Amino acid sequence: MSGAPSFGWPARWPRYRMRRILTEAASAVLGVVLLVWSLLPVYNMLLIALDPEGDNEFAGYIWPPDPSLESFWVVVSQGHWYLENFWSQFGNSLYLGVATAFLTMLIGSLASFTVEQMQLRKARMLTNAGLLTYVLPSSFLAIPFLSVAKSYGLSDNLWAVIAAQVMFATPFAILILQQYAKLIPIELDEAARIDGASPVQLYRHIYLPLMTPGLAAVGTYALLLAWSEHLYQYMLLSSARNWTVAVGLEQFWDSDEAPWNYMMALAIVYALPPIAVFYALRRYLAAGLMMGRVKG
Amino acid sequence: MSATQQVLVAGRPVLGNGRWPPAWRGHLRGSDLTWAIAFVVPYAAVFFAFAVYPIARGLWMGREPSLYAHVVSDPHYTRTVINTLLYVGLGVNVMMFLALLLSGFFMRRRRWIKALLVIYILPWALPAVPAFISFHWMLIGEQGLLDSILRELFGIDGPIWFNHRGLALASNIVAYIWKWMPLWTVIFLAGRMAIPVEIYEAADVDGATGTRRFVHVTFPLLANVYLVCTLLSTIWTLGDFNGAYFVSGGAPAMSTDVLATLGIRYAFDLGQPELGIAVMLSALPMLIPLVIVLMRRVQAMEVQL
Repeated sequence: MSGAPSFGWPARWPRYRMRRILTEAASAVLGVVLLVWSLLPVYNMLLIALDPEGDNEFAGYIWPPDPSLESFWVVVSQGHWYLENFWSQFGNSLYLGVATAFLTMLIGSLASFTVEQMQLRKARMLTNAGLLTYVLPSSFLAIPFLSVAKSYGLSDNLWAVIAAQVMFATPFAILILQQYAKLIPIELDEAARIDGASPVQLYRHIYLPLMTPGLAAVGTYALLLAWSEHLYQYMLLSSARNWTVAVGLEQFWDSDEAPWNYMMALAIVYALPPIAVFYALRRYLAAGLMMGRVKG
Repeated sequence: MSATQQVLVAGRPVLGNGRWPPAWRGHLRGSDLTWAIAFVVPYAAVFFAFAVYPIARGLWMGREPSLYAHVVSDPHYTRTVINTLLYVGLGVNVMMFLALLLSGFFMRRRRWIKALLVIYILPWALPAVPAFISFHWMLIGEQGLLDSILRELFGIDGPIWFNHRGLALASNIVAYIWKWMPLWTVIFLAGRMAIPVEIYEAADVDGATGTRRFVHVTFPLLANVYLVCTLLSTIWTLGDFNGAYFVSGGAPAMSTDVLATLGIRYAFDLGQPELGIAVMLSALPMLIPLVIVLMRRVQAMEVQL
């Protein structure tokens, strides 16, 4: 028995090794392909943004002959008439994102507290019905939403966009918060009830502190959703004062001879905050997505 | 182990034996009931004012059968439906299958593969509009980065991507896959990680490795997750506006529009919101069966769990 492997192995060794080398080589090739695939469009953005001549010509470089950060400077110093409202647009985008995140956390946590902690049955029906908006494509609802916003007196108002984003984010937020709430030991609720705590005290002193990771995931999700969305902002905001960066980008897009290097610089500046948030919190996000999407 | 620890480790099911009744058990009285209702009112208000009412308004705006006759008689519409079917059918299935395979690649325990994953999820982190604008400029023709690379590195004259309907549609699909494949890869990766190692060890003993292990062990275990994700992705792709709008912009000559972009074009470029609504609503026969199957599948999964 002990002799068999020592006879068998040496003959097999080269093939085994060969196979391993092939596997490693294949995965290295795949790695390079994935790297190029993932970075090529990002590199393209940088290439155009770094070309100082890009505002009047568009030549097929694969490497910027004379890279310069000028277009980024033009964006932050509002140095072109397309960009004269950049900081106001940036502020509006930020306002939109933060308001959406805050309201989604507040409304979502209150509703999920009622459903999961207080077990109000009719409320559960309501939150389940809300999940239908999660599978409703937002572009399909855009046209009637515009007319509804008008009838509410919210046309050309950032709050119409906030309302739309909160509406789309809350059902998913409740779903995630319900999954998290199942981890809260019910005896804490029980003990607090015996001590005479009111539902408000329970919510503030027990539920919210224990739910912090879940709320962080939900808030990030809503912030990224509102920041990256484009159609509702473009449709609902008409005066330059209310524009967000997404609408500013669209303005470049609609023009035939806009300075493309400034547009790409603006696109990069616009993409940086969500990327930073995303990478800082991606563990929470991935966990939240798993809970909400896959476990249903 | 204390009850709290048990609950923290195993979740609610530990409580199923009725030793610890929930604080309220759904029998709310007096001020508790008032509070419960007050807590759920903000959500209900948002839901009815900004979801139910717009949906009802949309159905009402699209109530005239003549709208649909008008839409169907538009030659753009038939082409748009075909484009949408290709965009969804090809885009989603290719994306999900590649994501499933790539999640296996990212399971390999190598430091450089972990680092690669961080770069690979960058498209997911990037907002859709900048990403698709970049795709547009990358494929804009001779001046675009892709054709420049083909010329400089390989001496080939690349095609003018947006002058040809098939190529323009393919560009939209590839851009869409680029943007969303990382999300599904990460979800499948998490699904694969949840498979107990013992199952693989048992399969190893039985001699199942490589492709056979994938076909007979991994895929059956991930099949339900794969199906639910595919359905969800199909629904989202059906309503995707940004891909077709920013990558090809409908070029050439509005021949690569999908239902979402055609509807918005009718509503805003032509100023006929009712027609736009009719275009969107004409997707309901595709959308509703998908949602029903999805809901059933998700419920089945909950029962399993």
